[in-house]
Amino acid sequence: MPHVSQEPRLPSARGPVSAAVAEYLRGSGPLPGHAEIADAAAYGDDLQLALYLCYELHYRGFDGVAPDLEWDPDLLRTRAAVEDRFLSALRADTAVHESVDAAIAELLVEPVDGSGVSHYLRKEGELWQVREYAAQRSLYHLKEADPHAWVLPRLWGRAKAGMAAVEFDEYGGGRADRVHAKLFADLMTDLGLDTTYGRYLDAACAELLATVNLMSLFGLHRSLRGALVGHFAAVEITSSPGSRRLAEAMRRTGAGPAAEFFYDEHVEADAVHEQVVRHEVIGGLLAEEPQLAADVTFGIDATGHVEDLLAARLLSEWRAGRSSLRSPVDMESPHIS
Amino acid sequence: MPNSPSDRPRRITVQRRGPLLVEGPVEVELEDGTTVSSDRFRVALCTCRRSRRYPWCDTSHRDRPHQRDA
Repeated sequence: MPHVSQEPRLPSARGPVSAAVAEYLRGSGPLPGHAEIADAAAYGDDLQLALYLCYELHYRGFDGVAPDLEWDPDLLRTRAAVEDRFLSALRADTAVHESVDAAIAELLVEPVDGSGVSHYLRKEGELWQVREYAAQRSLYHLKEADPHAWVLPRLWGRAKAGMAAVEFDEYGGGRADRVHAKLFADLMTDLGLDTTYGRYLDAACAELLATVNLMSLFGLHRSLRGALVGHFAAVEITSSPGSRRLAEAMRRTGAGPAAEFFYDEHVEADAVHEQVVRHEVIGGLLAEEPQLAADVTFGIDATGHVEDLLAARLLSEWRAGRSSLRSPVDMESPHIS
Repeated sequence: MPNSPSDRPRRITVQRRGPLLVEGPVEVELEDGTTVSSDRFRVALCTCRRSRRYPWCDTSHRDRPHQRDA
């Protein structure tokens, strides 16, 4: 498949804050004011998209947007104000465990009759819901492991070595065809989705944007390195059993071999990653910097919080027979299984 | 292949409630004589015998209580 080197197009605005940020990126308008930022809902479409636009400059940028805007002081000031709304809401709304061990212990319990998105898709998900799920998650999986790479220079010793080893595995162990983002693109092809980076940004719901913004927020701030490590641990600990359910959903709906392989690979890989992240990364970080324990716990629990919001959104739409996307997803190619 | 004196022993990490962690790559011979291999930097070998991807760990050793929502 030829690599599409073009940057993604800027998405449609979802309110005054995201509209102003997008216009500023185009070089054609002022940044949003304090009042507009203060009035936007913290987890809502407008604020989350505005934050996503700011963060995306650190990944691949946008077509027609000057790359140097990544470090534009005025834009960074706006980003900080938007981040403050998001982070304040996360701190206020997240039920935080009393300790890292307590937070992890809860993640390690795997209820037989769980009711999350992977349980739903395994038991009764239809192919159109599987496709929607993949389109939504593509905002992360097409840059899988990238937000976490930012933490590497902020760690050292066991934590750095463990984190780098897991990231190396996420990036395919040195083989381009095994990079997890590439495996996800293969899954998308099976599902007849467009694998172009950023293609489904317009379609993704606010709750999905929040899950990706959380990683970027934690990854880009050294002050939140403990939270980033906690977030990564939460993802890796919950991924293996969740991936097993999603692999079953792929098989049952006939999604295709690459779709099954993506989740099968994560069952096995993340069973290893969980161990390394718990013992080496968290263990190593807290041995060096025990004062970060509360941040690690916050990172674990904030991840659960935003994932719960996403699950509630997806399941409420699907149970009502409605799409979870803001715009329909066309079949890009005939499905062959 | 003989070990060179500079080789250090391969580390295996054991846990009472969890997989054996072995530095990869590994080749595992199963009871029926077939082999499976993994070139991951580390592999997790199932010790609870519940894995559906045996000999690799799939986290099936975790507690699985009924009647809880998650």
